[in-house]
Amino acid sequence: MRPKTPVVAWVSGVVVLLWAAGARPCVAQESHIGTLTGHAAAGKKVYRRYCVLCHGADGDGTGENAMWIDPKPRDFTLAVFKCRSTPSGTLPTDQDLFEAMSRGFLTTNMPPWLPLTRQNRADAVAYIKTFSPKWRTLKAGTPITIPPEPAAAIESILRGRGLFQKMECWKCHGPLGHGDGQSAKTLTDNKDNPIPPYNFSTGSRFKCGETNRDLYRIFMTGLDGTPMPSFGDDLKPGDAWDLVHFLRTLQPLDTPEAALWRAWLASHASDLKPIGPPGGGR
Amino acid sequence: MRAPYVAVVVTLALGTSATPLRPAPSAGATISGKITYTGVPPKMKPIDMAKEPSCAAQHTAAPVTTENVVTGPGNALRYVVVYVSSGDQPAPPPAEAVRYDQKGCQYIPHVAVLDVNQPLDIYNDDQTSHNIHPLAKQNPEWNKSQPIGAPPIHTKFEKPEFIPVKCNVHPWMHGWFVVLPTTHHALSGPDGEFSITGLAPGKYTVTAWHEQFSSLSEDVSVSGSETKTVNFTFKATLY
Repeated sequence: MRPKTPVVAWVSGVVVLLWAAGARPCVAQESHIGTLTGHAAAGKKVYRRYCVLCHGADGDGTGENAMWIDPKPRDFTLAVFKCRSTPSGTLPTDQDLFEAMSRGFLTTNMPPWLPLTRQNRADAVAYIKTFSPKWRTLKAGTPITIPPEPAAAIESILRGRGLFQKMECWKCHGPLGHGDGQSAKTLTDNKDNPIPPYNFSTGSRFKCGETNRDLYRIFMTGLDGTPMPSFGDDLKPGDAWDLVHFLRTLQPLDTPEAALWRAWLASHASDLKPIGPPGGGR
Repeated sequence: MRAPYVAVVVTLALGTSATPLRPAPSAGATISGKITYTGVPPKMKPIDMAKEPSCAAQHTAAPVTTENVVTGPGNALRYVVVYVSSGDQPAPPPAEAVRYDQKGCQYIPHVAVLDVNQPLDIYNDDQTSHNIHPLAKQNPEWNKSQPIGAPPIHTKFEKPEFIPVKCNVHPWMHGWFVVLPTTHHALSGPDGEFSITGLAPGKYTVTAWHEQFSSLSEDVSVSGSETKTVNFTFKATLY
């Protein structure tokens, strides 16, 4: 075999080093959204231009605008996120962060970032994950399984109403879902800032989506960092769909559930016991 | 339902007086002492549970107050976590779970002390839904609902941390999970007394932590099966 010249040896050594550096798992520096790969280095530029004024250069939610904003911008150093497909207490998937960024947060200052390209958003997701060491030591949780939605029926709605009473959703969201339950005024988030429960009578989109599947996911995973707990250990999938169907009747929207409910209520209103504390509603 | 447990305890006490229930102090040295305070501690606020009649009914005899600063006779300070903060050898966590109850819309005990990775079982004994919300920063922050009659939540924490716990439905409910990287820890009782047993001979730093009065530390050397007394006195502040 012909001995390598020193230059060839040097070059191949450098190549090996570069390869080794590139092959090291830098999971936290990347994001994967479908076939799209986001890179933190590119994401930093996006972040510095569009996100930094609220979320801050260190990602701790204390950007220049933060003091004027309520609810406060997310503190990425805690790696606690509201909108996840994963169980409470686990990290969200890249897809979850991508969707939250694209969707924006209704009733907050966070707009939908659809004007950015998908690549821009994927890069920003990768960069956001560099702010907390949790992304280097922990994996994203496994998304919960959402079975196909059964057709809405009045029986399902009534069962869901029973769960709204039994699970004591009304304690915060109010007997009629107006966000005025007895604990509503005392709710605070993980930074001790006041936070109101969702008011169904506004009919607005939810913070974490708008479809029935989104609604299912919201109460089965909980909104981490907020008072909204996960009911994933307490509700079976059938129960969860019943609750989804009932919650839709609380909104002033033209949904199939609301139509079923109105038709049934016309002849059965007097059969209903009011929701609220046992022994009489508020 | 208590009868079987009482029977077991009585049997153990009568039949095996030489076998204590807890690890024998003779297996190592003991550090014990009393936690007290100087100054004027803040008055605890009464809790009105009228919005939760099932819980209010359990406290008609003795009104409930907040538990941030619980004092006893002789300036005793309760719910102080005393633990070996340096000098300890790493040891596997006990397999025995720490029990944390939600009863009468209170956390019992107010402070749960556990080892890293030690099992923690959280029970809802009330006729109302609770949500358990440990506001962790080093560990994952989660928030789970526990309706009436729901099974206990089994969990553990992988990193040492002082974690405030709250129930969002009942805003007065406030407790702590104190997760420590040592098996040598104790919680001061109503009389302020604590006792850390089973220490190997050596030089240790013992730290006492109180949720409102911060923490105090002292260096202690122990040998054989001696019992050393270490008292901590916190300076009470109103805020």
